[in-house]
Amino acid sequence: MIEVENLTKRFGTKLAVDHLSFTVQKGEVLGFLGPNGAGKSTTMRMVTGFLPPTSGSIRICGTSVIENPTAAKRHIGYLPESAPLYNDMTVTGFLNFAAEIRGLTGTAKKEAVSMAIETCFLESVARQSIDTLSKGYRHRTCLAQSLLHDPEVLILDEPTDGLDPNQKHEVRQLIRRLGEKKVVLFSTHILEEVEAACTRAVIVDRGRIVVDGTPEELKEKSGTGSLTDLFRQVTTRDTEPETSEDAA
Amino acid sequence: MKDVWTIYKRELGSYFGQPIAYAIIVIFLLLSMVFTFTLGNFIEAGDASLTYSFFLYLPFVLMVLVPAVGMRLWSEELRSGTVELIGTYPISLWSVILGKFKAAATVWLIAIALTFPIWITVNWLGEPDNLAIISGYIGAFLLACTFLAITLLVSAFTRDQVICLIVSSAICIGLVFATFDPFVRQYSKTFSPEVKDAITALGVWDHFLSLARGAFRLQDVLWFASIIIASLLGTSAILSAKRS
Ligand SMILES: Nc1ncnc2c1ncn2[C@@H]1O[C@H](COP(=O)(O)OP(=O)(O)OP(=O)(O)O)[C@@H](O)[C@H]1O
Ligand SMILES: [Mg+2]
Repeated sequence: MIEVENLTKRFGTKLAVDHLSFTVQKGEVLGFLGPNGAGKSTTMRMVTGFLPPTSGSIRICGTSVIENPTAAKRHIGYLPESAPLYNDMTVTGFLNFAAEIRGLTGTAKKEAVSMAIETCFLESVARQSIDTLSKGYRHRTCLAQSLLHDPEVLILDEPTDGLDPNQKHEVRQLIRRLGEKKVVLFSTHILEEVEAACTRAVIVDRGRIVVDGTPEELKEKSGTGSLTDLFRQVTTRDTEPETSEDAA
Repeated sequence: MKDVWTIYKRELGSYFGQPIAYAIIVIFLLLSMVFTFTLGNFIEAGDASLTYSFFLYLPFVLMVLVPAVGMRLWSEELRSGTVELIGTYPISLWSVILGKFKAAATVWLIAIALTFPIWITVNWLGEPDNLAIISGYIGAFLLACTFLAITLLVSAFTRDQVICLIVSSAICIGLVFATFDPFVRQYSKTFSPEVKDAITALGVWDHFLSLARGAFRLQDVLWFASIIIASLLGTSAILSAKRS
């Protein structure tokens, strides 16, 4: 379970996340939508314990990320937006390293690694050096890394970014399947994914949640039945003139 | 402790899985031998100690080569974004710092150990004080570790390896030359004795040379250890501050 309350992050004078509150229960898949720069990645970085929040509280399975980061991080599997990897390692070498850091050893480690390779369809590149992988395979390797320890909470920042249509489909199915037993929070710019994978979605704009509901509720709210229309109604567009609040 | 080991293995694997460690070890061996046989007059000096033929030149070699080994430690991690992975794994920042430092120190342990033929040669040529030579080797390794800790600290500031290399070499060169005798003689003319003493107290020569001569003093070891620990603590502080 993820419980976020009044989460705020300020970079200098810029308010990236503004008193955000939400909870994700076990068995739920929450989709995080929002325009570029809305604060989705920043929120995820705080929830995973990478960035310290300016204020607010985050609890993962009852453990506070701020007070007890190491214990909270054990429950989380995280795919960062840029899918960072150690380029000098092979796919298997990297997954072995990540599994060891997660405290897995011996046969448990072996099984976890081969399971993750299978789940993310990495067999064909398992022995390949990471710096020679294509973008999609890099992304899948990083996704595999987040599944190794069978975490209760999965936080995936644009998990389908850079994947081919087949793999996009596979990953959505995977998110759906994992979501039955886990807590999943993932961000995306592809609105069809809301229906394909989410049980609930929120739209974030300028660090605040502007819409929250199930895919059906969201469609209803839009009036036209199209999520794109709703998205365009509730979020600020860069093409619009700046509001006086921003100009100040 | 287990986390330190996991990080250590990964870092060491990445040093020896790429040409960098081999290249630097070979260059180090070549340079230190060139100095020993030319400036050090190793053959003619008839001096069966390594102090003035071999150890004396090591700081000059190490001050540029050590940063070349350490520069990637955090810079690469910041550039590729893997710091975000490391930062969300359930391990302490401190064990990552220690693992990285120990891996790079191992590269230097190997490099310095590979100069052993010169030790064999002096034993074959004469009757050296082997305890003094061991003390000198400890001094050389401590010096490498000190430069390494400084490089690690600098690499936490920047995602650019070249900047890290230039800045940390500059610091190490400064530390070496600030107390190098010919320079001390120069600036002791202009500065008051207090200033001169303050500068020499900061530099490496006093501490390194006493170890290289075989005078194994606790204060020298403490001097190296305190710079290393301060740099590692600084690295941890910088990385934590960078995130917020
Ligand atoms: N380290 C940082 N320093 C300063 N500003 C930052 C930093 N990280 C993020 N920001 C700012 O915070 C805001 C939110 O960024 P964030 O990456 O969370 O957006 P996002 O919703 O993930 O966007 P995208 O859809 O493009 O991934 C942006 O305006 C960004 O410029
Ligand atoms: Mg983002």
